[in-house]
Amino acid sequence: MTLEEIRGRLQGDIPGCQAELVVNGSPSAQNSLLIDRQHGLEAARLLRDRLHLDFCSNVTAVDWPDQDKTEKIKTKQTVDGVEKEVEETRKTKIPGYLEVVYHLFSMTNKEGPVIVRMRTANRTDDVTLPSLTPVWRSAEFQEREAFDLYGVVFEGHPDLRRILMWEGFTDHPMRKDYVPPPDDDLEILRER
Amino acid sequence: MTQVAPPEAQQDNLLEISMGPQHPSTHGVFRMDVRLDGERVMRLKPVFGYLHRNHEKIAEAASYLSAIPYTDRLDYLCSMTNNWGYALAVEKLTGLTVPERAEYIRVIVAELTRLQNHAGMVGFLLQDMGASGTPLMYAFRERERVLDLFESLSGARMMCNYMRFGGVRVDCSAEWLSQTAKLVAGFNSFLDEFEQLLTGNEILMARTQGVGLLPRELAINAGVTGPGLRASGVNYDLRKVDRYGVYDRFQFRVPLGEQGDVFDRYMMRVLEMRESLKILEQALRDIPPGPIMDPKARLRGLRPKAGEAYGRIESPKGELGFYLISDGSPNPYRYRVRPPSLINLTVLEDMCLGHNIADVVVILGSIDIVMGEVDR
Repeated sequence: MTLEEIRGRLQGDIPGCQAELVVNGSPSAQNSLLIDRQHGLEAARLLRDRLHLDFCSNVTAVDWPDQDKTEKIKTKQTVDGVEKEVEETRKTKIPGYLEVVYHLFSMTNKEGPVIVRMRTANRTDDVTLPSLTPVWRSAEFQEREAFDLYGVVFEGHPDLRRILMWEGFTDHPMRKDYVPPPDDDLEILRER
Repeated sequence: MTQVAPPEAQQDNLLEISMGPQHPSTHGVFRMDVRLDGERVMRLKPVFGYLHRNHEKIAEAASYLSAIPYTDRLDYLCSMTNNWGYALAVEKLTGLTVPERAEYIRVIVAELTRLQNHAGMVGFLLQDMGASGTPLMYAFRERERVLDLFESLSGARMMCNYMRFGGVRVDCSAEWLSQTAKLVAGFNSFLDEFEQLLTGNEILMARTQGVGLLPRELAINAGVTGPGLRASGVNYDLRKVDRYGVYDRFQFRVPLGEQGDVFDRYMMRVLEMRESLKILEQALRDIPPGPIMDPKARLRGLRPKAGEAYGRIESPKGELGFYLISDGSPNPYRYRVRPPSLINLTVLEDMCLGHNIADVVVILGSIDIVMGEVDR
């Protein structure tokens, strides 16, 4: 089944579901589907039950930070009666997001991978995505890891706790803008 | 998730104990929070992170080439297959091809890795059951011979750092191949001896049969891969499914279990070793001469064009996958390891509930984990 067909099934069978094809430029040609997070869980159920994608192999998050885009725009202005071309630089901020990627396979049909992605609204206060652990148990620890290291909050996860970092740790070390806390032992050495 | 909830009154009588992180049977620094009713396990929560070093972050800060030695240290018993998984993902990302001779060498070292991993796993499983010494020492005697071969090929016994994207680092000599052939020829008699000692053994059967059952549907849904999945009767071996490398050229069978208990998982390892020997015999017979690196491969300063790739192989523990995203710079934008050891632990609680505490040790041993890969 091609990705285009799967996209048609998702949009046809789930009212309101939006699926967008994300093209991959590398020679691997592993394209993926971007599914809106409101319909993530329904889409996952459909993929598992009707399209036989019974095996969710890999779950991981990717951090895409805010980007500053600078554009140079030429405008014509009239200064002292003479028309001049003035260059202006405009800065726009492209908001970042956290992305969760699921690699799905079919053990019955020996097919795959079908790659599904979901994105959060931003990286700060709206970082919830639906948990797919109720559909595929294999996501249980991997979603916990994405929560721990990236700060994606999975709604509907049965046991969302930190998994690799310790309890009481507050930051998310896999994020691109993560700054490690000062190492006390190193500071002591430096002072000597 | 499926918990046996005892009545309220009994909750107080549960004994909560912490198995690990320093416990001889946990195969590294691993902890299980166990609640017991007498000797029966009512709840079991694994606790990870004692060996966490953020392997993925380290690799994202390093170049594509310099991540290879770090992959050795994931599952430190199987550095060769770890190298292969990573190399395969980079090859998918860049479109590099691997010369035939290098593909054969990869198959040979990967199957040798499977032999020594499975032999060691069976030895440790028996050690966990209280068969102190003998089976483990027999297994390690054979494992040492494999490690000697790795040492003479790559210079290191365990941290081999041997494969490169587009090929392998050094060629193997004719003498090395004949030494390998000698080991392969003698390995079956070791397996016979091993099985004579173990397979029909009354104590082993009593401790393993019907213990730690893993139903087929749960195994698939929970993403269990490798011998643990096939012990539950699911015919899914990436060497057959993906046919990566040159695995489509070899005749071998995929052993399958029926019950999905610890005994089946033990038998899978023994039978897979026998199949690995068949692959090795064919690979050693057919290995062609030729180059061992893709001439287009640039090891230093590799800059794949922007995109992503997921490559996976059948490591001795299960499906080992690498997911890479390139943004066109010399280091990966995202580097992710799909660790089979961690994901196979998802069902540990399900397999242990209702069993005695002594069985937990055996069930954990039958999953075959290495903490370097679980915690990364």
